[in-house]
Amino acid sequence: MADLSIEFCGVRFPNPFTLAAAPPTDSAEMVARAFEAGWGGAILKTTSVETEVVELAYPMMAGLDYEEKKLMGLENIDLISERHIGEVEKDVRALKKEYPDRVVGASIMGAKKEDWQELVRRLEAAGVDFIECSFSCPHGMPERGMGSTIGQDPELTERTARWVKEAAKRVPVVIKLTPQIADITAAARAVKRSGADGVCAINTLKSLIGVDLDTFVPYPNVGGYSTFGGYSGPAIKPVALRCVAEIAKAVDIPIAAVGGISTWRDAAEFLLVGATNVQLCTAVMHHGFRIIEDLIDGLDVYLEEKGMRSVKELVGRSLPYIVEHSHLSRRHKVVAAINRETCVKDDLCYIACRDGGHQAIELDSNRLPKVDEDKCKGCGMCATVCPVYDCIQLRPKVGAV
Amino acid sequence: MGVRARMQEISPEERKKGFDEVERGLAIHQALAEASRCLFCHDAPCVAGCPAGVDVPGFIRRLKTRNFIGAARLIRDANILAGVCARVCPAEELCEKKCSSTNLSEPIAIAALQRFAADEELRRGIRLPGPGVPTGRKVAVIGSGPAGLACAHELATLGHSVTVYEADEKPGGLLVRGIPRYRLPLAVAEAEVRAVLESSGVEIRSGVCVGRDISADEIRRSSDAVFLSPGLGYQSSLGVPGERLPGVLQAGEVLRKVAAGNDVRFTGRVAVIGGGNVAMDAACSALRCGASEVVVLYRRSLDEMPAWKREYEFAAAEGVKFEFLTAPTRFVEDGGGLAGVECVRTRLGEPDSSGRRRPEMIPGSEHMIEVRTAIVATGQAPWPGLVGLFRGLAAGKAGVIEVDQGSQMTSVEGVFAGGDVTSGGATVVQAVAEGKRAAKAIDAYLKRV
Ligand SMILES: Cc1cc2nc3c(=O)[nH]c(=O)nc-3n(C[C@H](O)[C@H](O)[C@H](O)COP(=O)(O)OP(=O)(O)OC[C@H]3O[C@@H](n4cnc5c(N)ncnc54)[C@H](O)[C@@H]3O)c2cc1C
Ligand SMILES: Cc1cc2nc3c(=O)[nH]c(=O)nc-3n(C[C@H](O)[C@H](O)[C@H](O)COP(=O)(O)O)c2cc1C
Repeated sequence: MADLSIEFCGVRFPNPFTLAAAPPTDSAEMVARAFEAGWGGAILKTTSVETEVVELAYPMMAGLDYEEKKLMGLENIDLISERHIGEVEKDVRALKKEYPDRVVGASIMGAKKEDWQELVRRLEAAGVDFIECSFSCPHGMPERGMGSTIGQDPELTERTARWVKEAAKRVPVVIKLTPQIADITAAARAVKRSGADGVCAINTLKSLIGVDLDTFVPYPNVGGYSTFGGYSGPAIKPVALRCVAEIAKAVDIPIAAVGGISTWRDAAEFLLVGATNVQLCTAVMHHGFRIIEDLIDGLDVYLEEKGMRSVKELVGRSLPYIVEHSHLSRRHKVVAAINRETCVKDDLCYIACRDGGHQAIELDSNRLPKVDEDKCKGCGMCATVCPVYDCIQLRPKVGAV
Repeated sequence: MGVRARMQEISPEERKKGFDEVERGLAIHQALAEASRCLFCHDAPCVAGCPAGVDVPGFIRRLKTRNFIGAARLIRDANILAGVCARVCPAEELCEKKCSSTNLSEPIAIAALQRFAADEELRRGIRLPGPGVPTGRKVAVIGSGPAGLACAHELATLGHSVTVYEADEKPGGLLVRGIPRYRLPLAVAEAEVRAVLESSGVEIRSGVCVGRDISADEIRRSSDAVFLSPGLGYQSSLGVPGERLPGVLQAGEVLRKVAAGNDVRFTGRVAVIGGGNVAMDAACSALRCGASEVVVLYRRSLDEMPAWKREYEFAAAEGVKFEFLTAPTRFVEDGGGLAGVECVRTRLGEPDSSGRRRPEMIPGSEHMIEVRTAIVATGQAPWPGLVGLFRGLAAGKAGVIEVDQGSQMTSVEGVFAGGDVTSGGATVVQAVAEGKRAAKAIDAYLKRV
């Protein structure tokens, strides 16, 4: 078995798979079951000081059932935990006692400097391994000047992170960022300047998942009204992957990746673009803690096939291949090559090319598609829509330099 | 929810020309699409439907994330013969019958997915757990069919030193000498048998028949426990005159020769007597060996026929004829050869002890079915001599060895048994499950004594 252990902000994780701060980590009992299943770490759901009032509204979930696939994306209007610091302290103590080899992080959110610092001191005393600060919840909390209000302003981010870092005598501090900012590297730089130890990217995206066409009330419908929520799940993975890669290229700071990770393949991709910790929420809410079995086994088999002994060998491997658009080669010419043997004649490539491309595909008398190599620019749209595995490939254009 | 994936298969017209494997497996995109139909039930009913308890949702999830090797290994944790069982399991009667997706659309094609994973691994080389820390205890396994292999492998991983006695030259039991190649290619069976033997480091003594080449007493003296898995080897008599005529063949013998690759040729019409899976295999094999027509004679009706529906449909599609409610009364001689089978018509009376309606002969309905060859496929039993070898070994109905359900221990202390010899003829997956269960019980027994 390959070595899956990895360090993040100086904390050693037995494997990079960590439960994100969210409903799956809202009690010690749940986290204990996750640890039994094999999870390397967990970040307890965002907590606050006792005076912070948390009033939830139900129902709080709505899914994007894209083409009957259920949960392409998930919107929630959940807030931070209803369980205040007093209870979370107890959870930390119990979990660290029972599972000393696993990493227990705690997520916090405060309204003012004193709150942030009190939370840090109490969690440190309880024995937490690291602290994550939510500067990023996009719904509900910003109405009170919390959550993404901080994360969207690099100055506020730096100042708040400093308060937290000041109070943290022993444990590392990680700032959870929002993708809803013009330049996420500016937020990451602010964290770096504050002296905090790492960043976590990304929290959910502010969204409106859909509208009930009969009642005109958007989802989720809370007694006749709805509100904007936070969007998570497979649909946001490309955004998260971009954010992590952007930060990794620009700022020298440890990154915990979160957002749309469901499988070991997703996790491997985030490691390849520079993350050293991967967190999951929606996939766990969908399929349960047991998905850890495949996360670990799949990553292990992948490393074995790649001849790698440690998961650390993956970290950042793809970053050199990401360049500015202007640096991409203009001499690289490809054309679509359609395998007429495996083609099932659904005309999808033809339509996509005709109405969204360069009119380079024609149908012959047998309705088989044929590429006109002079017209084909090699945009790749046809290969993207083709439902047959490996039927359309992009090949170097003959005669091109 | 999408439609169930189907494997490509050779058309009945083409396939009956030879012994090439009929089903062609799923293409990668089919396998991935099928895997994403799985609902991943917690406490999944399909797992309970599998005699070996394969973690079906677990392996399908791995497959879905393209962790093909991880999927195959997870299956092999429960069933070392993953590729074999993916092909020969009556999945529609086991795991797939319980599938929750049935209520939405159609059951997940579990066997086809298992085959995809197992074949991916087969191509890269099967890796099975190796021998455990040596315990110094010795176990003898008699018979190297699925039950014996599963037991031997599990015992080896638990650290016991295992010797497998196999009467035949080639290990594998019915996997290499029974199930026809068009359903189970020899290469697949051999690769999995080899992987089991090589990974576990068990000693295999092939060409050694217990009771003939070595006595049971000697085996008992030289080992701390024994596992009996000799399968069935005894053809029960039909009790019909003329059974010894040339031209009257036993299905087991015919299938053994065909599986061994011997040149078996038939000419003209062939009758197959019986209605089980072995009869279906004999009929389809006869077609492939030159028979101009094959007719299956069965004394009850289609509803009572014990062959799996899939096997019956397979044979019928190839043009095998069925004469239901027909019982043979005499094999008729013609100049030393066979002229035909004399039969009577039957009708179904009251249910018998098996719960199926008993066939009653209709007087005056005698008629001749003219064939040069008749293949008798009416069931096999354990070799009756077995009970004589081990003093005190209790056998029940039809000569099957009686065992304790939980431990597979026979009436003789330290002697365990499993597979067809205890079931009277079941499935590969059941034989594997019993072999594995017995190994755990033997391990516990060895810790006790
Ligand atoms: C034609 C046919 C088709 C079948 N098709 C299917 C199918 O599609 N799916 C399915 O699940 N099952 C099928 N079966 C049933 C399946 O093959 C058996 O249930 C299974 O092989 C039983 O395993 P076993 O280990 O008990 O015995 P076997 O596979 O019979 O192996 C017993 C071994 O013991 C050896 N042996 C016997 N006596 C001695 C002795 N005295 N000393 C040393 N060695 C000895 C034999 O040579 C043999 O190798 C089929 C069976 C037949 C006959
Ligand atoms: C119902 C729900 C509640 C959440 N609560 C919190 C929270 O309290 N604190 C936090 O930092 N993130 C919270 N998140 C965000 C997740 O931790 C995570 O960043 C986000 O869901 C993206 O990851 P995913 O696609 O794996 O779900 C929540 C997400 C969901 C779906």
